[in-house]
Amino acid sequence: MINELSRRRFLSQAGIGVTGAWVSAHWPEMVAAATHAHQAVQSGAAYKFDFFAPAEAVEIDALSARIIPTDDTPGAREAGVVYFIDRALVTFGSGDQQKYREGLPELQRQVRVKFPGVEKFSALTPEQQDAFLHAMEASQTENAARRGRLNTARTFLEALRVATISGFLIDPEAGLGNRDGVGWKVIGREPAHSFQPPFGYYDKDYPGWQPAPKMADKK
Amino acid sequence: MKVEQPKYKTSDEVDFVIIGSGAAGGILAKELSTNGFRVVVLEQGPYLTEADYTHNEIKVLGEDLLTNHPKLQPTTFRKTPQDKAKQQRALVYGRSVGGTSVHFTANFWRFHEIDFIERGKVGAIPGANLVDWPIRYADLEPYYTKVEWEIGVSGLAGSSPFDPPRSKPYPMPPLPVKSSGVIFERAARKLGWNPFPAPMAILSQPRPGRSACMNCGFCLGFGCEVGAKSSSLVAAIRVAEKTGRCEIRPDSYVHRIETDARGRAIGAAYFDKDKNTHLQKAKAVIVCANGAETPRLLLMSANSQFPKGLANNSSGVVGKNLMLNSAAISMGVFEHPLNDYQGFAVSRILHDFYELDAQKVGFYGGGGLDGRFDATPIGFALNSLPPDTPKWGTAFKKALAENFTRTMEVFSHGTSLPREENSFSLDPELKDAWGLPALRMTYKDHPDDLKLVKWLNDRALELLDAAGATKKWSYPITEQEFAVHLLGTCRMGNDPKTSVINTDHRTHDVKNLFLCDGSSFVTSGRGQPTMTIEALAFRAADRITALAKSGEISA
Repeated sequence: MINELSRRRFLSQAGIGVTGAWVSAHWPEMVAAATHAHQAVQSGAAYKFDFFAPAEAVEIDALSARIIPTDDTPGAREAGVVYFIDRALVTFGSGDQQKYREGLPELQRQVRVKFPGVEKFSALTPEQQDAFLHAMEASQTENAARRGRLNTARTFLEALRVATISGFLIDPEAGLGNRDGVGWKVIGREPAHSFQPPFGYYDKDYPGWQPAPKMADKK
Repeated sequence: MKVEQPKYKTSDEVDFVIIGSGAAGGILAKELSTNGFRVVVLEQGPYLTEADYTHNEIKVLGEDLLTNHPKLQPTTFRKTPQDKAKQQRALVYGRSVGGTSVHFTANFWRFHEIDFIERGKVGAIPGANLVDWPIRYADLEPYYTKVEWEIGVSGLAGSSPFDPPRSKPYPMPPLPVKSSGVIFERAARKLGWNPFPAPMAILSQPRPGRSACMNCGFCLGFGCEVGAKSSSLVAAIRVAEKTGRCEIRPDSYVHRIETDARGRAIGAAYFDKDKNTHLQKAKAVIVCANGAETPRLLLMSANSQFPKGLANNSSGVVGKNLMLNSAAISMGVFEHPLNDYQGFAVSRILHDFYELDAQKVGFYGGGGLDGRFDATPIGFALNSLPPDTPKWGTAFKKALAENFTRTMEVFSHGTSLPREENSFSLDPELKDAWGLPALRMTYKDHPDDLKLVKWLNDRALELLDAAGATKKWSYPITEQEFAVHLLGTCRMGNDPKTSVINTDHRTHDVKNLFLCDGSSFVTSGRGQPTMTIEALAFRAADRITALAKSGEISA
């Protein structure tokens, strides 16, 4: 319902396509996934993945870290996104399992084609990773245009993108994920429950509402 | 904070059974129980209160905590009656005690005089079924004032030169201005327009049992945890409960209004939480189920006496003439942080374009603009960044980090012309989780509605330019396929052949059946229907009380 609640979401539906629908349809289960990731991270114990083999988790972690990279601020990696996605794939996102099962090996195959001697995505430098993903994006757009439909890899990357964003920005106040609220810190959303004006830069020096000088003539 | 209520037996013929506890149902429950009548309110959703509301956007928005559920209550859509409808989520409405007034934006504009008499003024419009209301602004004015004072509306009287006459000022000052409001106001003034503090059904000052707004930022879509938002739950139902004559019965999904051999309503049949059926008997039935569910219920109540649906014999227009309000959105990004995620949604609006001259602009219609921000983090990341933003990577993250606190929107709200073929009806194939026919929406905007919002949106873009936005863009303006405002589907009128209810909200065909909600509307107004729904409900309560006291309902 995130997309329907405000008519803005409705008006923008054409632009977000499957993305918003995916989130909307699977959101309830995301709660469980995020809780799981949160607890796993907090326990400090060696994490046992439910869907990914440890080596696959490394690849997903590397991919989501390019979607929301770590730079001078935390990224998907610090928010524990890979745990969120792993949990998602055995619960609400189980419908996407096939995309990951086919999409990840196909992506690795293309890594080996484009970078002979390199076995996997995570072994590339960040610059190479970005260049590779851009190339994938471009070729998928071509393929999609040619075939009139989206190919498997495209669907895999798109699913991964939405899952990464969701795991990064899920409400930390509810103790569900978005580890330590790093996602909200990045976007500048304070977690407080009440605020007082002035709220921002533009209402700081507001002198109070005054009628427009010429208003008296209007009616 | 639930109050002890009477428990009526279903076999106990109460004075009124009210179906729906939202903006209209809550007020009718309050007024009628206060006037001494015994009332049962049947609400399909659960009884949630402040303690159940949460800032957890996943639970509220994702799990439809407060709203109709697309899996339990699937819907279908088609553009014209000739098309086959396909399953898609076609509408959203509140589904807990308090209805949509629990989670709404709380923009509380009165209708203006023109909204009641527009057909007489502009004449016939091809392709539209525009008619005048059988009542006038002056008939509703005392009730608009009653809404403002009894429910709690903040605002500043006299701040807009376009405001209709009012008998009293607002009961409390406007909410604080947000950065989006200051930007909106300064830019609008630059353009020679007349921005003013938004009237909002949110408290700027505390009232007994209710806090003033704490600016938490989880407003549109969320229930207010401190009772500042003037939902019918906190502002009306609690008063009804204190009379000791009103029972709110949640988890009660009405699927049929039963009638006797004389064609009079005898009560409402409903499913309880466990899908057992009951019949609550009553001397009169008042349906306040919203502009989609009210006509659906009448259509589902068809019988041999009313083969086209209850109260649909004379006119055949139950469910028809649906209006959604036209709408468009432009986004602007600014140099410094607005932090507009704090507070409520809207603090400044303007009505300069409320009544456009069709001769000059080339189309019928009018509307208003508001400056706002109402996004939550994931939704913002997926939907609210400029369309040319990269979808991932450093640039995506940078845009997210920069824009979340620096974005605002200018929302254009406008008229919808009524068209008879736009409707809510029963889907012939799809069923809901109770085995009842699903709602089918048929809707195609009148061309003037689309021209209007495009014109309004051009003004919104001008405003963002004048405001010095570093970046601005609009969502595409397309034909609407999704409904939030549900208006006009059981319209009020004097002629039983063309309308469903009379000016007392009594159906022309069933003497003891009344309808009051968005379905009663004759025209759409300029986009903020709840204020008028509540004014109509206060007025209907007076009319129904008079009829009941004179013995006219049971006669």
